[in-house]
Amino acid sequence: MANNVHAQATSTAVLDVPVIAPGHDFETVTESVAQIPLARRTPLGWVFGFLIGLSLLMLLQVSLGYLVLKGIGIWGTNIPVGWAFPIVNFVWWIGIGHAGTLISAILMLFRQQWRMSISRFAEAMTIFAVACAAIFPVFHTGRPWLAAYWLFPYPNTMALWPQFRSPLIWDVFAVSTYATVSIVFWYVGLVPDLATMRDRAASLFKKRIFGMLSLGWRGSARHWHRYEVASLILAGLSTPLVLSVHTVVSFDFAVSVMPGWHATIFPPYFVAGAIYSGFAMVLTLAIPIRAAYNLEGLITMRHIDNMAKVMLATGLMVGYGYTMEAFFGWYSGSFYERAMMWNRMFGPYAWSYWMLISINIGLVQLLWLRRVRENTKLLFVMALVINLGMWLERFVIVVTTLARDFIPSSWGMYTPTRWDFATYFGTIGLFLTLFFLFIRFLPMIAMFEVRTLLPQAKVKAEHGH
Amino acid sequence: MQVFSKSANYWSRGSIIAGLFVVASLVWMVLTLQRSDFVTSANQFIEQPVQFSHQHHVGGIGIDCRYCHTSVEVAASAGIPPTKTCINCHSQIWSTSPYLEPVRASFREDKPLQWIRVHDLPDFVYFNHSIHVKQGVGCETCHGRVDRMPLMFQKSSLQMEWCLDCHRDPTRYLRPRDQITTMGYQPAVAQAVLGPQLAQEYNIAGVEHLTSCSVCHR
Repeated sequence: MANNVHAQATSTAVLDVPVIAPGHDFETVTESVAQIPLARRTPLGWVFGFLIGLSLLMLLQVSLGYLVLKGIGIWGTNIPVGWAFPIVNFVWWIGIGHAGTLISAILMLFRQQWRMSISRFAEAMTIFAVACAAIFPVFHTGRPWLAAYWLFPYPNTMALWPQFRSPLIWDVFAVSTYATVSIVFWYVGLVPDLATMRDRAASLFKKRIFGMLSLGWRGSARHWHRYEVASLILAGLSTPLVLSVHTVVSFDFAVSVMPGWHATIFPPYFVAGAIYSGFAMVLTLAIPIRAAYNLEGLITMRHIDNMAKVMLATGLMVGYGYTMEAFFGWYSGSFYERAMMWNRMFGPYAWSYWMLISINIGLVQLLWLRRVRENTKLLFVMALVINLGMWLERFVIVVTTLARDFIPSSWGMYTPTRWDFATYFGTIGLFLTLFFLFIRFLPMIAMFEVRTLLPQAKVKAEHGH
Repeated sequence: MQVFSKSANYWSRGSIIAGLFVVASLVWMVLTLQRSDFVTSANQFIEQPVQFSHQHHVGGIGIDCRYCHTSVEVAASAGIPPTKTCINCHSQIWSTSPYLEPVRASFREDKPLQWIRVHDLPDFVYFNHSIHVKQGVGCETCHGRVDRMPLMFQKSSLQMEWCLDCHRDPTRYLRPRDQITTMGYQPAVAQAVLGPQLAQEYNIAGVEHLTSCSVCHR
């Protein structure tokens, strides 16, 4: 990290807003982050937010408990729409996770130093989003204990393997690899900061907990060397995952022969959509957090602006995807592809298509305006709406295709039940609960990385040492 | 201030080894337990309404399996004999034994004996005795040395891997049709020679068919 601070010093000077607000030094950076988990008093706002998350989490427990008792008939999922909310929500959550990996892996390899302030909680977001996503395919089977066995058939007393030619099993490997690498990457990045927490904690109990978690980190040159090597390797491992995981998720659709799914544009278009929705979620989290914890000096307008720009870029790619889908529908010359596109635009679910288009092609254009990118309140609302837009995208893809396939006699409408919504909002509760616990108990910004951005860290070689 | 004592280094290193050991033991335990007799209920004697001894009737007297299990060559089920089959002999021998009173009571009152099933396959498996017998799979191959069982017990795990072990390569287990009910069968020539020969002679289907799902799950 330290060897590229020179390049960084010149590049920030070009831009009008610095990555870290002026006036910060080593101590203030550490103090403003470390005091949050170490504070004895829990802020009332945190308790309020946590309780909202916890009550939604209880809703998840109730709805999954009832699901296991009654079977998936409590959901609206039924033939012909056998993949309904569960898959929509699964893809939505997995997509959201992608921003965290992009920020911590790809932006690290590209030496984008603005990522340092947001990488920690974006990575946490990734892990929690993957946890939420995993719930859906497993419970969609109705018997999660059997689903676990089918996915990892050990002990293999059936002497049978899962169908390796099915994209669903590719999904299992893609997502479990993604979860594992993300957790390890996140934890490795936490170790130096956990040691800082150990050193700053007042009570012996906290010192011991953080001490155990920091794995004996003393900050020696050898430790830092190993840390740099490990995080570079992990970034290298994570980088292909940013592209591969959602590619494999898109194969769930693209490998089938359904009109509207069987398209070569799906992998890149899904990856762009994932990053788009992921940055919307990072903004959704970053804007209230920096205000609530007075972190505007560390998560500056520069970060907000950059994230909004990434969102605009990926939003335009997604918009290109929608345009090409419509074009392919016509250009394919296939009667069924054309019928599918017509049905999407003017069929019974046309409302979802036009809502999607107006958000992901229409609303997102506001991000061209600097005034919009500088207005955090408006950006927060836009990020929420874009999250909804990306959810609608998956709804349109899954439901419109399945509800009307080749034979009109097998058409059928899908209506979600209250349990569908309860499970969906329940996973949002799980996400919020985990996230609130994270910001209360762990340093949510990588203090040691942000410190390297300070002017004091830029030691000139000619001055000795 | 030192947070941990000096020995913490040893504890932390030890805990890595101990953690690996615990994980390895758990994996080993799950793998072993799932194949154990406790789960498969193999090798466990089951108490019946009459403690019928195959050891005595098959091993001692030498009655052929098909004397009682009459439908084994023609039907899915080998067949549980009616009480009349018992009475064929036991009206003459041991006809007053108190041990056999449940059999006589069943005959008198015309109520079948309630035998307890020993080999209970899952309901989603369609097993047919006749095809196995016809293609040269001996009774002993699945049921073990019945002539040495004082009380009937399940010899094999009946898990799918056990079925597939044969379905993936049946030649290792085939015997001539006239040796089907033989207990303690020894092939006259090497099984490696005899097996493929019999498979061809009996026109046994290829492994693609034998391992296709719908052969057993319909």
